[in-house]
Amino acid sequence: MELLWLVPALPLAGFLILFVTQGKLPDRVVALVGAGSVGLAAIVALGVGFQFVQGGEPSYAQHLWTWMAVGDLRPSITLYMDSLALVMTGVITGVGFLIHVFATGYMWEDHEEPKGYSRFFAYMNLFVFAMLMLVLGDNLLVLFLGWEGVGLCSYLLIGFYHRDPANGYAARKAFVVTRVGDTLMALGLFLLFWQFKTLEVQEILSAANTLEPGMATAIGLLLLGGAVGKSAQVPLQTWLPDAMAGPTPVSALIHAATMVTAGVYLIARMQDVYLMSPDAQRVVAVVGLVTLLISSFSALTQTDIKRILAYSTMSQIGYMFMALGVGAWSAAIFHLMTHAFFKALLFLASGSVILALHHEQDIYKMGGLWKKLPVPFWSMAIGSGALVALPFITSGFWSKDAILLTAYAESGWLFWGGGVLAAGMTALYTTRMMIVTFFGETKTEPHDNSKANTWLPLVVLWILSIGGGWLGIGILDELLGGIREVSHASPVALTTMVVPLLGILVGWLVFSGRMNVAGLVESGAGDALRRFWQSGWGFDWVYDRLFVKPFVAAAKLNKNDVVDLAYRITAAVLRGLHYVGALTQTGRLRWYAANMAIGLVLVFLIVLEVL
Amino acid sequence: MAIEIPVFHVLALAGILFLLGLAGVLVRRNIMFLLMSLEVMMNAAGLAFIAAGARWGEPDGQVMFMLILAVAAAEVAVALGIVVQISRRFDTLDIDAASDLNG
Repeated sequence: MELLWLVPALPLAGFLILFVTQGKLPDRVVALVGAGSVGLAAIVALGVGFQFVQGGEPSYAQHLWTWMAVGDLRPSITLYMDSLALVMTGVITGVGFLIHVFATGYMWEDHEEPKGYSRFFAYMNLFVFAMLMLVLGDNLLVLFLGWEGVGLCSYLLIGFYHRDPANGYAARKAFVVTRVGDTLMALGLFLLFWQFKTLEVQEILSAANTLEPGMATAIGLLLLGGAVGKSAQVPLQTWLPDAMAGPTPVSALIHAATMVTAGVYLIARMQDVYLMSPDAQRVVAVVGLVTLLISSFSALTQTDIKRILAYSTMSQIGYMFMALGVGAWSAAIFHLMTHAFFKALLFLASGSVILALHHEQDIYKMGGLWKKLPVPFWSMAIGSGALVALPFITSGFWSKDAILLTAYAESGWLFWGGGVLAAGMTALYTTRMMIVTFFGETKTEPHDNSKANTWLPLVVLWILSIGGGWLGIGILDELLGGIREVSHASPVALTTMVVPLLGILVGWLVFSGRMNVAGLVESGAGDALRRFWQSGWGFDWVYDRLFVKPFVAAAKLNKNDVVDLAYRITAAVLRGLHYVGALTQTGRLRWYAANMAIGLVLVFLIVLEVL
Repeated sequence: MAIEIPVFHVLALAGILFLLGLAGVLVRRNIMFLLMSLEVMMNAAGLAFIAAGARWGEPDGQVMFMLILAVAAAEVAVALGIVVQISRRFDTLDIDAASDLNG
């Protein structure tokens, strides 16, 4: 347990090594440092977690030092381990390690410039460190530090291929949009500090029942604002599809498995505050429901394989938010874990496909790959199965079922119905992705160059994607409690189970060409709807009109910057005075001497009171 | 019996010498004459010290004069070095030629 500090320290050390050497290390050493530091952290985390479970204590805190002491504000750097943090740490280091190993192979031939390989792993290690500080910090200020740290790394890695300006734009968009949420979150933290005079999580939680309902709602909604930004939920979801500009391992680690679930973690961590405010909790559920519906329809119309997965990530996180909103805290974390497994698998598999096709991401230019790329195909198949929630044999089934059935039991048919509808849509778009990508005729000839470090992580994730469900039911239930034991015999449970299968059936009929829907799709309304969904329900369009264009116009209007005028005038006056002063400096010695003499005479005259 | 010279006379002489030196510094352009004028100004100051020391019967004035002599010697040692350099670099002894340090 005392080694807990090593878990974040190891990735930090990896980052520092790569950062200080500035790409001078040979690539093999970089791979060893980059993946090895996370691997060691995973081993330490495993040992610590094992001890933690055996010890039976509900929590373990390791105080490192006090950050600063200013009045009431004494944030301590304390690592706090409880079952929630343990699950998160396990996911971050475990899945993170697998993705790092994959990335050693993926980035090998993918980086454009000589130092790119080292830069990539430096950012990735920094990200893992920041994410670990986010989940292990016992103080909201430390959590916020990690929160901003992962945002920074996300920005750096989305814009990793910085030679294309479009990628830089995507990175800035992600940064700015999440900053909106972060501002709200900071306001929430201020309110919390104002109420409790501390930012220590445990002290706040134990005193949460003294909150006024109105204040609890305000804090809950502000923190939700932060969570919505980070987790790409409506209305701050627009950055995630564009974030796919980054390398695929980045999409797998940051934009699927870990960072985007930080919002879920934040709300689960602050659940006592939300329990004081049913209104705020209801808003969480509605946000989740709206997001999961919107994004599952959008996923159906995308043609870029990574954008399909991005929308699918949004909708799966929507499930988690919905679970948090209806009070299924453990189910949300359970789904977070299984989603990390299968979505990482899907992203890494799509990365393998993209690499084999020389950076082709359009699924309509793929096709017929299932025999030629067996490992990515089976990875995608297993990941898709878990995403769709194939009954009993996949991890996604158990966690999604836990969410939907709890939603039905806690708050009736609305959330359940929406979730089931979205589950059907999930099945539909996943089937479309699989059929278009892997079956039919081959449009681009792949070159299969997979090495052990690219297929081995996939195989491990196969096992986790299938077995993660039982892992969750066995261990998570013991750790977190409250993962509902559901009977699969009731009509509701049966519907929940059957709808995805129906979705697969419809998808198979439509996309394998057995059912002709061309007339429907190509009609005016169908085409308009398709474009509407493909653009992500027009959010980008609205934000562009509402914020970006007016801002740009205002910036143009104020090109000369009125506020800056005062400073520029000051500078101009000083520069003028300087010019006058410089005129007296002629370089002529006698001129200086004469000036001194005149000055001396003047001083004498003043002293002698003649003047 | 020594003739008593009024201290005012001595100080007036020192003042006249000082102004003559100053005028030399300001008017002459040849660097050698400049240095000589400086010597005149220093000796004027020294003379004032001597006169003040004699007036109050203190040895401090003479001590200060010794100090001024030492300073003048050091100054001349440095200044002549500079003069050599200037004459090598600008090929003239005109002080206004060495005005490159203008702002």
